[in-house]
Amino acid sequence: MITLNINGHDHSVDVPNDTPLLWVIREHLQMTGTKFGCGAGLCGACTVHLNGEAVRSCQTSASQAAGKKITTIEGLDPNGQHPLQRAWIAEQVPQCGYCQSGQIMQAASLLAKNPDPTKAEIVAHMDGNLCRCMTYARIQRAILRAAAEVRGV
Amino acid sequence: MTKHQTIHGAPNLSRRSFVVGTAATGLVLGYTAFPELAKSLAAAPANFEPTAWYAIGNDGKVVVTVGKAEMGQHISSTMAQLIAEELEASWKDMSIVLASNDPKYNDPVIGVQLTGGSYSTEMNFETMCRAGAAGRLTLIKAASEMLGVPESELRASESRVHHAKSKRSLSYAEIVKSGKANKVWTPDELKAITLKTPDQRTKIGQSLPQLDIPPKTNGTCRYGIDAFVPGMLYGKLALPPVRAGATVKSVDDSAAKKVPGFVKAVVVDDKTGTTSGWVVAVASSYEGAKKAAEALKIDWDKGPYAKVSNQSIIDESRRLQKEGTEGLLYVKDGDSAAAMEKAAKVIEAEYLTTINIHAPMEPMNTLAFEQNGTWHIHTGNQFNTRTTAIAAAIAGVDAKNVLIHQYFIGGGFGRRLESDMVIPAVAAAKAVGKPVKLIYAREDDMQMDFTRPLTYQKVKVGLDADGKTIAMEHDVIGAWPTVHWGIPAFLVPSVDKKGKIDPYAASGANYWYSIPNHTVRNFMNKLAENATPSGQLRSVAPAWTFWAVESTMDEIAHASGQDPVEMRLKLLDGAGGNAGGDAPWNVGGAKRLANALRAAVGRSGYGAIKLGANEGMGVACVSSQERTFPTWTACVAQVKVDPRSGEVTVKKLTVAMDLGTVVNPDGVRAQIEGSTFWGYSLAMLESATMENGGIQQRNFDSYTPMRMSQMPELDISIIANGEPAVGCGEPAVTVIAPAIANAVFNAVGARVRSLPITAEAVKAAMKA
Repeated sequence: MITLNINGHDHSVDVPNDTPLLWVIREHLQMTGTKFGCGAGLCGACTVHLNGEAVRSCQTSASQAAGKKITTIEGLDPNGQHPLQRAWIAEQVPQCGYCQSGQIMQAASLLAKNPDPTKAEIVAHMDGNLCRCMTYARIQRAILRAAAEVRGV
Repeated sequence: MTKHQTIHGAPNLSRRSFVVGTAATGLVLGYTAFPELAKSLAAAPANFEPTAWYAIGNDGKVVVTVGKAEMGQHISSTMAQLIAEELEASWKDMSIVLASNDPKYNDPVIGVQLTGGSYSTEMNFETMCRAGAAGRLTLIKAASEMLGVPESELRASESRVHHAKSKRSLSYAEIVKSGKANKVWTPDELKAITLKTPDQRTKIGQSLPQLDIPPKTNGTCRYGIDAFVPGMLYGKLALPPVRAGATVKSVDDSAAKKVPGFVKAVVVDDKTGTTSGWVVAVASSYEGAKKAAEALKIDWDKGPYAKVSNQSIIDESRRLQKEGTEGLLYVKDGDSAAAMEKAAKVIEAEYLTTINIHAPMEPMNTLAFEQNGTWHIHTGNQFNTRTTAIAAAIAGVDAKNVLIHQYFIGGGFGRRLESDMVIPAVAAAKAVGKPVKLIYAREDDMQMDFTRPLTYQKVKVGLDADGKTIAMEHDVIGAWPTVHWGIPAFLVPSVDKKGKIDPYAASGANYWYSIPNHTVRNFMNKLAENATPSGQLRSVAPAWTFWAVESTMDEIAHASGQDPVEMRLKLLDGAGGNAGGDAPWNVGGAKRLANALRAAVGRSGYGAIKLGANEGMGVACVSSQERTFPTWTACVAQVKVDPRSGEVTVKKLTVAMDLGTVVNPDGVRAQIEGSTFWGYSLAMLESATMENGGIQQRNFDSYTPMRMSQMPELDISIIANGEPAVGCGEPAVTVIAPAIANAVFNAVGARVRSLPITAEAVKAAMKA
């Protein structure tokens, strides 16, 4: 048994140690906001936070995540009202929406450290997250909007 | 059982709720996720009821049942917006559910449940408006009874019926609660309704917030991959090394048996011929199924296409073109051969596009199981009608015993017009007698894509002594995207009736230029058709035909000393058959395309701004998607080329699109943004290759769609001139590649005729 702390709650799961955290979250615990895209750390759809750092849950084993604070899209804000989530709606970012949990989690780790990112810093931080609908321009705008809100400007 | 999702919260649909124009089955069919309703579905009439599209609860909430696949084009919201316009419902009261495969939700024009071709808005516009108006009129009639005043004194707005004289009003909720709003509308009555004139509209033309967006920001939107059912097992594919033609000779599961939770290796018996040589490893968890699939030792007969490569496909296309006998006439206007004899100058060129992969972010998946004689298929797909038939064939049941639970789609782009994902899921569920959720790994998804085909085109142009084009011959050769569906209605007879053509392989070659003596022949490359089954990739044929046509137009301009813009405008004169007029969808014809071109040219600063060294602008204009349903689109690309490396930087894309009527301007803009970047990505970044019968690119390390850092600057102009609404999801894809190639030529004199445009190709063309 492995105990995982996800969004502030402990979950005990009976899985082999090498099981990717992604499948534990998605299929064993049925928290489906975290998405499977490539299984190889190439697309970012599965991004979650491990102790506040954005990681690819498809490349993180369950045992590596044990004892750490795991945050998924469902736990980013108790009411789904993180400034990024509000900005994502204000800018009408998602199209198919499948990659957007990962995009928001990746962006949240940027804003947590740098509430005033330049466009270049946003690109550098977000370039590992693919969006096949190509909503990148809106993602950029939403991050800038959320950052402004975080800074109170 | 999985929760069915309603967006904007579930309304209270009691017996007092009313459904405009339909019996109670219409009300329940939006909620077919409940298994007890499966029976009523099976018993439901298969006839088309054009007003099954929404219900109003006694809380006043309007639930729109969306017959189109929602894959991010926000079509569900568009349908709701059209209904709300005429229903006079408040936007906050609108919500959406996705339709099951009941034929009553068939597209009113196409006649089946299919989402593609950028057809949805134009083909559903009137039906949804009429459905909305019928609801408003029903509610007003009921309110007139309740208030004791004539209907003529009542006016509806924002989910209320108002009586101005007495300053009284009733909410839609109150009216529905009364039970007095219960009229069933016949198709003739619907047809007789007078719809609003454009100046009376309050919602069409507004950027109302898309109903599907909020759940896509908090992880609650549910896709097919998110389906669960108690006791379900997982399936993982074990695939042959070739794309098609393999058969399983033997399966040794002795190592797989050591994987905890392994249940069975199922060899897929696919009587539909969609898949070949597929095996499913079934286990109690996905990671177990994956390990088991890797542990299976499978001996395949690789079949007849195990040596096919990009090069052998190109060689076969060249042979077909040279031989000429298998070409079917798609366009025959005048006598191109005779005119070519008289030409003072002849230009000939080959145009190529490589294999491209859809690669939606949500890999293909299906949860399938049988319960009380009904097969439940949980998946997101674009073609319920065909998916139903395929699931039925694999399950060995009648189609009426298949219930599709449609989900939001994590990327369609035409990929989910194919139904292959239900095949291994149903086969595995049948073999183990339990629900199986099958998820393609990304590698499976890419290897077994129904790709955009590798296309080869030969264009020959004859110019007279004055540089006027007097003949054009255009051969289009490749795998055909639609023919494998086996649906005769999708094929069209050739001009001389000698054979059937896949119009989705040649559409676009029937352009709107007034050029005499035009011949287009469409060839199926059977080697490619068999070895690399192709499908509908966002914008389909116009993305390769316009690549050739719009590059050729530039070649003609340069060969005859004309400005590429001026020459196009001259040829888009709207004369004869190019005047348009197949009302309501292609009114205005070539002149609207000329107008879109002028708009893009004006916005871009073409000919007006000073360009740097090795910079150039290039234009293209297209009538994608089909000649019968054109969306007039033009692009100016501004590029800079590094003459040493041949590397192309696309500095800016200026796109103008004439959509006639725009339902949701921001939604349209989002679609143009996405499709323009798709066009850029296909033109510059995406390339797949076949070697030894297999697709070589299996993940996003080797198949590389555009990332944020590669995004060019974009300027979009939307032209809304009051003509009927046309589609916007695909057309921009087709205009980008030729605009970029034409810009590269203007920058450094290099003519690239093969996609994608690589630095090596530009460098080589510079030397040529």
